[in-house]
Amino acid sequence: MEMINLTIDGQKVQVPEGTTVLEAARKAGIDIPTLCYLKDINKIGACRVCLVEIEKTRGLQPSCTYPVSEGMHVKTNTPLIREARKAVVELILSNHPMECLTCNRNRNCELQALSKQLGITDIRFQGENTTFPMDFSSAAVERIPDKCILCRRCVAVCGKAQGIGILGATERGFKSIVAPAFHRPLAEVNCVLCGQCINVCPVGALREKSHVQKVWDAIANPDKVVFVQTAPAVRAALGEEFGLPIGTIVTKKMVAAIRRLGIDKVFDTDFTADLTIMEEGSELVQRIKNGGKLPLITSCSPGWVKYCEHHAPEFLENMSTAKSPQQMFGALVKTYGAEKYGIDPARIFSVSVMPCTAKKFEAERPEMKASGFTDVDAVLTTRELASMIKEAGIDFAALPDEEYDDPMGMSTGAGLIFGVTGGVMEAALRTVYELVTGEHLEKIDFVAVRGLKGVKEATIELPPVGTVRVAVAHGLGNAKKLLDKVKAGEQYHFIEIMACPGGCINGGGQPIVSSAERMRLQEDYRAMRAKAIYQEDKGMIMRKSHENPAIIKIYEEFLLKPLGEKSHHLLHTHYQPRVKYRALANQEECKE
Amino acid sequence: MSCQCHGSTGEENEKFKVIDRIIEAHKGQEGALIPVLHQAQEVIGYLPEDVQAYIAEKLGIPLSEVYGVVSFYTLFSTEPKGKHVISVCLGTACYVKGSGNILAEFEKTLGVKVGGTTKDGMFTLEACRCLGACGLAPVLTVDGDVHGRLVTKDVAEIINKYKTGN
Ligand code: SF4
Ligand code: SF4
Ligand code: SF4
Ligand code: FES
Repeated sequence: MEMINLTIDGQKVQVPEGTTVLEAARKAGIDIPTLCYLKDINKIGACRVCLVEIEKTRGLQPSCTYPVSEGMHVKTNTPLIREARKAVVELILSNHPMECLTCNRNRNCELQALSKQLGITDIRFQGENTTFPMDFSSAAVERIPDKCILCRRCVAVCGKAQGIGILGATERGFKSIVAPAFHRPLAEVNCVLCGQCINVCPVGALREKSHVQKVWDAIANPDKVVFVQTAPAVRAALGEEFGLPIGTIVTKKMVAAIRRLGIDKVFDTDFTADLTIMEEGSELVQRIKNGGKLPLITSCSPGWVKYCEHHAPEFLENMSTAKSPQQMFGALVKTYGAEKYGIDPARIFSVSVMPCTAKKFEAERPEMKASGFTDVDAVLTTRELASMIKEAGIDFAALPDEEYDDPMGMSTGAGLIFGVTGGVMEAALRTVYELVTGEHLEKIDFVAVRGLKGVKEATIELPPVGTVRVAVAHGLGNAKKLLDKVKAGEQYHFIEIMACPGGCINGGGQPIVSSAERMRLQEDYRAMRAKAIYQEDKGMIMRKSHENPAIIKIYEEFLLKPLGEKSHHLLHTHYQPRVKYRALANQEECKE
Repeated sequence: MSCQCHGSTGEENEKFKVIDRIIEAHKGQEGALIPVLHQAQEVIGYLPEDVQAYIAEKLGIPLSEVYGVVSFYTLFSTEPKGKHVISVCLGTACYVKGSGNILAEFEKTLGVKVGGTTKDGMFTLEACRCLGACGLAPVLTVDGDVHGRLVTKDVAEIINKYKTGN
């Protein structure tokens, strides 16, 4: 690639052709402020916060979209620029509800940070403030449109990465707002509640539905016993909320922190991830042997499940009937767990901590009451857990290391890697190989299904069954590409789909990585979190689900066998088609 | 088995067939959305939700994008048109001669804003660009018929005329 030489604020910089002025400045150690720009996601030059002076051009140019050219001279800090940037931000602020003190993005807000960075102490413009109704309709994602600054990052992530396009710019002028078509509430549209839009929003215009108060209430209630499960990806990101570098695993401090909130027992969703492998792996073998519907597609990502229901109902038969680890855990904690600890299941309040917003929706599905009670009573995101730890005044870094409670806290490396794209596939292959061939698997790292490539494929020899073809997709845009291949006749036996780009480590409930931080990092933050998980898996003694002694035991004393009667009742379910566009609901019925 | 669904009447199906033909004519073209919406509105009269959703599906773009375009341009209407469409010219010549007041008078008398339709379904009030009849400014059209050299007191008369059908 050709290299381009340019000068920024008197410094000489050399960057590859096609680089933007913004990126080149970063290379020279200059952070140009931005607002609508988000690395790899949104590059539309809309907000004009990133203005710079480029010699021989008229006026100021937005650096986030302006490509470098040979011999270019750029200035990023002149009186004219400072004034223009201030004016742009003051205009936004003049129509912004300044509720920082009570906003859930307080001290984690890009607009707030920008106002401080630009030294804004006064707003010279005054105008009427537009108000729009808030949308609290869905089980997981809430919209507070008054705080929206029209940056369209959510539009880009939902439309491009997820290929869904729920949110769009609507109306014009003073009335313009980013919203679903016809201003429908999220609960009435084909939104999958993945929460990716929350993770890219620079301000408090999008957020999860909080379950924090519900959990505090249960802890304070003497009649309740509160059991917590924590998903694999939470431990790989929670530390970021306490200032630890991205890619720090904090499992044992997290367990200690949760106990100190007043929780009675802390368990690991990795345990039921191992169980999922037993059930789903057996389902795969059964479908291959009995000529069942193939490819089998994983069902542990509730964003993907909802996507399939709305957008690809023709694949619902391919969906594994195995519940997700969260729901398996919920069903077991109020049956097996209640028995183990001799507690009346009616007294158990089961909380899950998830990297995900769609899990809130999953927990509220009417079918998720296999234990005779609501299997999961509250779902906290990683961010919500962090806020509770902060509220309780716990000094996270100073906590001792503590272990999960037995037996539902015992897990393997296979359960852990569920948190990363390709992880469910790899965990399944480790177990299915040994169960089918009866041989010991030496090389258990299936690197072909790791990494951030959109669609990954691999072929595995399973002697008695033959050659097995598998594929992995993460991000629903990629999922659609893979499903299109299947429709076109491509044959696979087993497919893993996770709704979020990168898998659960980048779930819609994970700590928010700001635009500035994404710019500064040398590596993709998702890869950094994933690396930490694989490192941890490597260091574990048990790395195959079927070797987990607690799994062996639960089959011996409770479930009896995979796909058995008890499993069928507690651990499996079915999903229903949902309409994509309500306005066409009658039409769709007609086609049948 | 024949279709048992009650939602789609024959007329409804006809509507979607028309859209199919419009889309077919724009197949593979970049930026087909706006012309498709335009022609669909010409044939159907307005762009209700199901029409927008149908176009989104057929063009393979998100519904929010279609709605974004429809709600951005005032030329698109999401409500059915009244029996008579009144279109007041806001071109420069007419404007200078007071067509803004004429429009305001219609809004007041009909009780609708520009772009709206009266509750009884009688009138839709629109604003338009220069009609090329500047000699008659200020002008408007009702169902395509030109009325010129208007003053505000003509408003009630025009409304009355079309209401009673004389
Ligand atoms: S979105 Fe940011 S600037 Fe707006 S109220 Fe919340 S914290 Fe303050
Ligand atoms: S939750 Fe997911 S599907 Fe819904 S609007 Fe946000 S990004 Fe789109
Ligand atoms: S909701 Fe957030 S991400 Fe979406 S346009 Fe508004 S400010 Fe930007
Ligand atoms: S225009 Fe460059 S960051 Fe918004």
